[in-house]
Order: sequence, then structure tokens, then C-alpha cells
Amino acid sequence: MSHEVHARLEGVTRVYPAVAGNPPVHALGPIDLDLRKGEFFSIVGPSGCGKSTCMDVLAGLAAPTEGNVWFEDKRVHGNVPDGIGAVFQEDASFPWLTVEDNAAFGLRRAGVDAAEIRRRVDYALGFVGLKDFAKAYPAQLSGGMRQRVCIARTLVLQPRLILLDEPFGALDAQTRLLMGDELLKLWRETGATVLLITHALDEAAMLSDRIGAMSARPGRFLETVETGWSRDRDSRMLEGETFGHITGRLWQMLRSESQRAMGHEGGVA
Amino acid sequence: MAGTQTAYSRKDHERAERLRYFGDVALVIVGIVVVWQILHMLAGDVAISSPLATAIRAGELLGSASFWPHAAETAKALVYALIIALLIGIGVGTWLGAHKLSGAVAEPILVALYSLPKITLYPLILLVFGLGIEAKIAFGAIHGVIPVTIFTMNAVKNINRVFLRSARVMKLTAMQTATRILLPATMPEIVSGLRVGFSLTLLGVVIGELFSSHRGMGFLVMRAIGLHDVSTMMAVTLILAVAAVAISSILLYIDNRLHRRV
Repeated sequence: MSHEVHARLEGVTRVYPAVAGNPPVHALGPIDLDLRKGEFFSIVGPSGCGKSTCMDVLAGLAAPTEGNVWFEDKRVHGNVPDGIGAVFQEDASFPWLTVEDNAAFGLRRAGVDAAEIRRRVDYALGFVGLKDFAKAYPAQLSGGMRQRVCIARTLVLQPRLILLDEPFGALDAQTRLLMGDELLKLWRETGATVLLITHALDEAAMLSDRIGAMSARPGRFLETVETGWSRDRDSRMLEGETFGHITGRLWQMLRSESQRAMGHEGGVA
Repeated sequence: MAGTQTAYSRKDHERAERLRYFGDVALVIVGIVVVWQILHMLAGDVAISSPLATAIRAGELLGSASFWPHAAETAKALVYALIIALLIGIGVGTWLGAHKLSGAVAEPILVALYSLPKITLYPLILLVFGLGIEAKIAFGAIHGVIPVTIFTMNAVKNINRVFLRSARVMKLTAMQTATRILLPATMPEIVSGLRVGFSLTLLGVVIGELFSSHRGMGFLVMRAIGLHDVSTMMAVTLILAVAAVAISSILLYIDNRLHRRV
């Protein structure tokens, strides 16, 4: 993996303005982050710490209140640059379109020719294991399959930076592990940089090259943990001793922050 | 094998469901005819014609050349009124749904207008549009526009925000977001609004024809009342009711299909 910076957050803060008599909310930062080209980076932290806000700012879906965001040396400021794809926690598959039309949606918008759309959609659906369900509607699929539709929709656009906001949050533990394997395969084959937002420490430890542990709101990076995994990895690493050390270290950092987020100031001994 | 069995049992289940549905519909129709016949026997020909006599008279009307220009007039007014109600309802509803403050201000006003007896506005409509088809169209559209607006407004207000975020990530323009995301995402609710709006628009058009028209199905009913031609009066009403139920059923079918996907 190269150490070339693919995306950068510089002194980024995000403050949500006051709404209906409620005070402004300082959700994030200031934070600095360098995403290296081709790496798998995860952000973990307690609920409401600003993880998703961080992703929104990086994607250009929200402008930072202070600081700068860079993607491939171009400034991002509340506009989504070319080359970024995102998969959200919520089911974002369009219920009025079939699986294959969902996958082809972004390509049709971009005016890609029909043969190329066919090729990319076939590949993406094969990759996420939905080829047999190409003509089905999302309502006919399970939650995990619908999330795979969203991954296929992102994959066909061939993004260089893939942002994933708790994409497996609604899935059971076994399916999450298998989806994690799929995600690693996707990352290896595309060579894209991946930023995963997750609350699951084991998921982050299994998938990532580096993990940024975030404090309770306003979210700041407490520490970045290097996992040292080889690129050719999968969920079988859960059996290893190192895996336990990484999740243990993450939990050590996040325990008091999670208690703080739950309102137990000062923590428990 | 198991998959095939599941597919067959699902098909059998769907067939059984459909049969039960048509059985229920047939039962309701038979029930209506029985009650109608009893009322006819109690009130006599002078007030209510029998189901058979009404059906025969309806057949005669449908076979006569003089009936169809009236039916066409009503259909024309209904189609125009529905188009106006849809265009205004979808446009205004989308704006009110997208703009929080406007929606919050307009919603109670729309609900109040919805419950207002719109017949009180008819003299005003006549003054503005005169006695022609325009008045019927306007009166029909006034009835249909409010439900379409309310349903569209709520659909836009409650649209799944992640669709709009996805649209931004895929760099859709505002027009593409409106036509490819907003419209299909809100379509099930718009069709529900259209279904309610259709019944009310038809009501508005026929009421318009009852009071100030020389053509149309409503006019035929009024002329039959004037001549005390009970069977014609009831036959025209029956034809209107059958047409309305048929169109409503089609809209309900589309509505159910669209909602099944959500």
C-alpha cells in the first residue's frame, strides 16, 4: 500500500446551527485525517460522536464549519466530487426499480452507453451474488440483499474512494462477517480506498488497515491503530490472537468515551 | 425442488386469494341487488324502479345514439378536471412538501378547504366561467385538487431522505432528482390521492351538470326527475356508478401494486 494521500481533512469541525430553540450542536472536531491511497480505514466511536458527520463532510454532502477537505488534491466543500461513492446505513435501494435497474441507475444518469452498462451491471451483480435476482424488486429481497444492491449500485460507478456508513448495521452477526469478506474482496479487486464508519469494533478490526478511534461528541480522533494485516485477509482471522489484542485495545480507548456518551460522566472504575 | 414447491404453493395461495376476493365482490353485488329489490317492493315504481327494470332501461340508454353525446360531455369534463387537479395538486403538493414552513402554514388551510361544502362556491364558479363545460371542469377540479395536493405534500414531506442523499452522491441535477427520484418515490401516494380525487372530481362534475347544464349525465338525471321518469333517473345513476366503480377499481389495483413495492 502506498502512503500517497488520497483524501485529507484539515482542522475540520462541524457545528449544526440552532434549530427551533435548541442550541447549536458541535458534532465534530477539530479533526485531521489523511486517508492513504488504496487503504482500508475504519472510524469507530460511541453513538452520536460524529462518525457519520465526518463521512458526510468528506463526501461533500455537508460543508465543514471550519477547516478544509481535500480529495485527490481538489478542495471539497459541500459538493460531491467525481470518484466518490457512498453506501449508507439505511436501505437506499429504490423500491420502484428492479435490482438491475437499481444497479444501472447512476450509469444511465451519466450517459454511459448501453453495452458498457450491461457489462458493468452484470459484473457487479455477479460480484455481490445477485445475478439470479436481477429482475426482482427490492421488496422481494432480504435486508442484506438490499444492502448488496446498494453496494452494486456504487460499484458500477467505479469510485476511487468508497465511503461506507455502517452498511451492515441492520444485519445479523453471521451475515455481517460474510458481507465483510465480500467487502474485502471488493476492496482488493477494485484497488479503491475505503472509509468504513462502524460501531462494531470486531468489524473494524477484521476489515481495516488502520482504525481511527473517535471520542464522544464532539468527535475527535483519540488514536489511530495500525492493524498490520496483509491485504489478502478474510473473516477467518477472527480465530487469531492478534485480532483479540486489537479489539481489546480499541475497547480500552472507547470504554470511557462510550460511558461519557451515555451520560455516565467520569466513567466506572 | 423445495423452491419449486414454494413457487407452486405461493401461486395456489394467490389463486385462492383472488377467488375469495371475487367471491366477496359477487356477494356484495348480490346483497345490494337484494336490498334494492326489497326497497322497490316497499316503495313501489313511483319512487324506486326495480333492479331488472333499471338494468333494461340502462341497456336501452346505452343502445341509443342520443345517450352517447351526454356521456362524452361528462367524460370530457371529468378528464379535463382530473388533469387540472393532478397538475395543480402535484405541483403545489411538491412545493408544500419540500418547503417546511409553507407546508406547515398551508396544511390546516387545505384541511379546512377539504371539509368545506364546495357547493357553496358553485354560484361563484358560474359567475366566473358561465354556463358551459368550463364551469363543470372548474367545479370538478376544485373537488379533486385538494386530496391530490394533500397526498403529494405528505409523500414529499415523508420521502426517505437517503434517496436524496444517494441522488447527490450520484450527482443528479435538480431536474433529474425531481423526475427520477422524487416523482417515482412519491408515485404510490400520488396515485392514492388520485383515487380519492377521482371520486370527488366525478362528484363535482356531475353536481355541476345537475344544476346548470344542458348536456351530460347529470343533466339526464335532472331531466328524468323533471319528467318523473324514475327508471331513466336510476338507469343513468347505475351507469355512472358502474363506470366510477370500474375506474376506481383500476386505480385501486395500480395503487396496491405500487404500494406492494414499497
